[in-house]
Amino acid sequence: MIVATVGNVLVWAVWVLAAFACLGSAIAVVSFSNPFFSALALIGNLGSLAVLYLLLSSEFVAAAQVLVYAGAVMVMFLFVIAYVGPRTESPWTGGPSWQAIGSVLAAGALLVEIVVVIGLKAGGALAHSHDVGGAFGTPSYIGRLFLTDHLLAFEITSIVLLVAAIGGVILGAHSRTATDEVPPL
Amino acid sequence: MGPNTAWYLGVAGFLFGVGTLGVLIRRNPLIVLLSLEIMLNGANLALIAFARHLNNGDGQIFALTVMAVAASEVVVGLGLIVALNRKRVPLDVDRLSSLRG
Repeated sequence: MIVATVGNVLVWAVWVLAAFACLGSAIAVVSFSNPFFSALALIGNLGSLAVLYLLLSSEFVAAAQVLVYAGAVMVMFLFVIAYVGPRTESPWTGGPSWQAIGSVLAAGALLVEIVVVIGLKAGGALAHSHDVGGAFGTPSYIGRLFLTDHLLAFEITSIVLLVAAIGGVILGAHSRTATDEVPPL
Repeated sequence: MGPNTAWYLGVAGFLFGVGTLGVLIRRNPLIVLLSLEIMLNGANLALIAFARHLNNGDGQIFALTVMAVAASEVVVGLGLIVALNRKRVPLDVDRLSSLRG
């Protein structure tokens, strides 16, 4: 009984820490003016999301999140930011534009909509989740699903990655060979 | 034991909203791409929360597929930004309004 209570408090404490780190770093990504700091904040966001995935007993997805996102994708981001140079945005001219006001209204409406829908459903179907077995979310579980039920998604993912790699090479090579004949934009 | 699914969905919705705000309001394409990653991660968190809630692994498969598509999207987006930078085009999405090759 006492062990269960201590465990419960511990899970809540880890959840609150991870959730607030996640939300705070998301706001930091959007509000920093230097893209380098935004990318560093996004690494924190991805790490705290991996903690939330672990709390949801999705160990493989948490590991993939840290390896793929916080490792590979963010290294690519930081490399490009270092290549382009740390340029900050030019400040607003002439007060808040109609674009900024519309953006805030649209994002706020979306957030309110999501929270209201979750709040309406929170007491009913969302309150009691199913029990999961010990194998849920392990690499063998994910691998079996990928190679049996979701084989088509797995193969299409490989084609998407191949096309993206070819596209990246073409985008990089085109502007290197043809800088002279490209008209200025 | 621990927070139930609605709490995770609240965090996911908040992440999606913050990402939307960043995509709409920022003008540096690098930060627009970073905010897009936040939106995708919010959707991923909702998928994984529902996978745990329903004891069904399909949501995790979907989340992993979203990660792969996000990685491809970052490759193409960053390739475009590097190509723009080589042509000395200002990195401002409000001023990138023509698609002339």
